[in-house]
Amino acid sequence: MADQLFNIAAVIMLISLVLAIVRLLIGPSVGDRAVALDAMTIISLSLIGWIALSTGRGIYMDVALVYGLISFVGIVAIARYLERGL
Amino acid sequence: MNIAIVIILGVLMLAAAVTALYLKSLSAAVIAAGAVSLLASVIYLLLAAPDVAMTEAAIGSALTTVVFLYALSRMRGTKKEDPRD
Amino acid sequence: MEILGGIFAIAGSVFLFLAALGLIRMPDMYDRMQAGTKATTLGTMLFLIGLAMAEPQWVGKSALLILFVIFSNPLSSHALARAAYHAGISLGERAACDELAGACEDEEETA
Repeated sequence: MADQLFNIAAVIMLISLVLAIVRLLIGPSVGDRAVALDAMTIISLSLIGWIALSTGRGIYMDVALVYGLISFVGIVAIARYLERGL
Repeated sequence: MNIAIVIILGVLMLAAAVTALYLKSLSAAVIAAGAVSLLASVIYLLLAAPDVAMTEAAIGSALTTVVFLYALSRMRGTKKEDPRD
Repeated sequence: MEILGGIFAIAGSVFLFLAALGLIRMPDMYDRMQAGTKATTLGTMLFLIGLAMAEPQWVGKSALLILFVIFSNPLSSHALARAAYHAGISLGERAACDELAGACEDEEETA
């Protein structure tokens, strides 16, 4: 029962990942694409948590932690480049 | 279930890669390449390779983005890009 | 307890879906930023709380991840909004006034 609830949550997250990447592909400005990349990062962070739950391996949560830490640096670098050049 | 998610993420990754090829603005292409490495990291994790996924996240998503943007801001002879395209 | 965790996970994924829908439907870049960062923060927090309820031995890692999301996501959205404003991306047509440029003085008097 709980596994099915988590599977439904994963399907909804996949749909939202598709919608976010549509905004990344059609976004008219660079800022739109950066916002879409930020949202995709957070959604895939949750998706990595679901993968860790469904496979039952605790090390995948460490991957999610490293992933959040690293992608934050990337987003801040993009913002600084858009503001005045890196 | 698992292989279906891999196929969906692979199609999304292909779409982001083709978009990165055809974009006019170079910084938008860098952002699309970052999206490609993001999805590649999730696919590596689904194919049971957490160490490769961690390396891909560290190098592909942050380091190449920072290096590309540093190179773009240091290039001479190109005019400042319009942020609206 | 696991059922409650599943319900929390469903609620979090619904918030993530609403964030992605707002990212498509909103007319302006700043509106998209509003939809795409706040709602994803709440959705990720709810999903990770549900994950910690379903697997009680991962409470430490989930709490660390929630703490990190709380700290990093508003910071990156603030940096993106500031960069977009200083890069000259205009407000939408339906924006009332530009408070950061100090263009709201007459409305402050009437309000």
